[in-house]
Amino acid sequence: MLEIIDVTHTYGAYRALDGVKLTVADGELVCVVGPSGCGKSTLLRSVAGLVQPTGGRILLDGVPVSQTPDNLAVVFQDYSRSLFPWMSAAANVALPLRRKGMDRAQRRTAAMEALEQMGLADAAGKYPWEMSGGMQQRVAIARALAFRPSLLLMDEPFGSVDAQTREDLEDLVLRVCAHHGMTIMLVTHDIDESVYLGDRVVVLSRAPGTVAGDLHVSLPSPRDQIVTREHETFVRLRAEVGRLVRGNQLSRQET
Amino acid sequence: MAARSLGGFGVRVALVAATVALWELVTRLASQPYFPPPSTIASRMYTLWFSGPVTHVFFTDDALTMLQPSLGRLLVGWGAASVAGVVLGLAIGRSQVLSDFLDPLIQFGRAVPPPMLVPIFFALFKIGTPTQIATIVLGVIWPVLINAIDGAATVDRQHLETARVFGLSRPQIIGRIIVPSAMPKIVAGLRLSLSLALIMMVISELVGSNSGIGYRLTTAQQNFLIPDVWGCIVLLGVLGYLLNSSFLLVENRILRWHSRARQYA
Repeated sequence: MLEIIDVTHTYGAYRALDGVKLTVADGELVCVVGPSGCGKSTLLRSVAGLVQPTGGRILLDGVPVSQTPDNLAVVFQDYSRSLFPWMSAAANVALPLRRKGMDRAQRRTAAMEALEQMGLADAAGKYPWEMSGGMQQRVAIARALAFRPSLLLMDEPFGSVDAQTREDLEDLVLRVCAHHGMTIMLVTHDIDESVYLGDRVVVLSRAPGTVAGDLHVSLPSPRDQIVTREHETFVRLRAEVGRLVRGNQLSRQET
Repeated sequence: MAARSLGGFGVRVALVAATVALWELVTRLASQPYFPPPSTIASRMYTLWFSGPVTHVFFTDDALTMLQPSLGRLLVGWGAASVAGVVLGLAIGRSQVLSDFLDPLIQFGRAVPPPMLVPIFFALFKIGTPTQIATIVLGVIWPVLINAIDGAATVDRQHLETARVFGLSRPQIIGRIIVPSAMPKIVAGLRLSLSLALIMMVISELVGSNSGIGYRLTTAQQNFLIPDVWGCIVLLGVLGYLLNSSFLLVENRILRWHSRARQYA
């Protein structure tokens, strides 16, 4: 589905990514975790075609990414700058659907459906600034869902909401994405979140970023905020990822 | 809220009434021919312009023949300047090359006082309406142009990236993202240029014109019809107030999201 082959990126003299190798299979939810400034956002922006990496190749469904790919959606961390304040929630969600060849009524239906899935059926006519941060981020996720991308990129999607909202959103995303069988690459600096959400956790080292570890998460689904987090495997993986993020070598390869 | 704004309205009316009363008192006491009391000005305005038939909404023929060309020039000039300013401004604001090339020209053009150009327009166009419209356009285009450039250049990068990621088409990016983003600044420029347009209209009519409020003002001056001169001045003030109020009505509709978003933030 997604192949990242020896991707390197430098900003002037600063080397953000150094030969990152990573593949994401169809239907997988891969969390990319790393210390701040490790180039994980650069990696995500490269996949989205917003940054042209200085070295290496990125293939999406076998096609090299040069411009922003057609079948890709992004949820940014900063929802307040990603949603358009001059449009209602429904209009925000429906806007990108025009290029899918949908007419007005179809766009409206698809937008309402996505908003409903995110628990926002009543908020379709509201403007972003009339909503809480959590609601705005749900609109941004609904926009990505309605677009039905083959790959969904999420850049610290829950980084700007409070802890309670964050847990709710995590579960909502897991449920909805499992329902759609979507492939997701989620970037976060939160170790707990990466283990809780991911089928796989890829750890990037401090800049210049390289893949420091790639762990399979063998936790039972559906995940539960309380039960999963006290699961033996969760605790062990969290420690493992934590060590990797802090720069220690992988003690034992997880399979 | 309603009671407060009603109270505010009352205070404003009272303030205007008090000012007029004071003006009346002072001018009557001074009894200078160059400063007629407002009651004289008002009655002169009434007989000249507002004692017409019901079918003309009480406007006299004199008022109509004076106002029509003036307002026509003002609106055509302002409209043309607005369209040109917005289109050019959006293009320049989104294009580094264009802005690099055109910025010195804009700074130069903006610094030239438009009334100085009237003789050149006389040479370029016929004496009359085209010259006046050209004067108005060149006088009022700058606030629109500069605000549109600024608005288009400062669209949030994340908004543009979101548009790119979701593959919006070029017309969609312009119409749905760039124009609405720049709209608050564009509207501020439009409002500024509307009040400027009234001034430029009068200036353009002072010389080389045989109709309009400005022309009326100069002829009244030359014939020492002091109440007529004052009547023109008051009329211009009222016109400016009405234009601004109507613009605000439209602005509130267009920028509802903007003003409300700022209240919530």
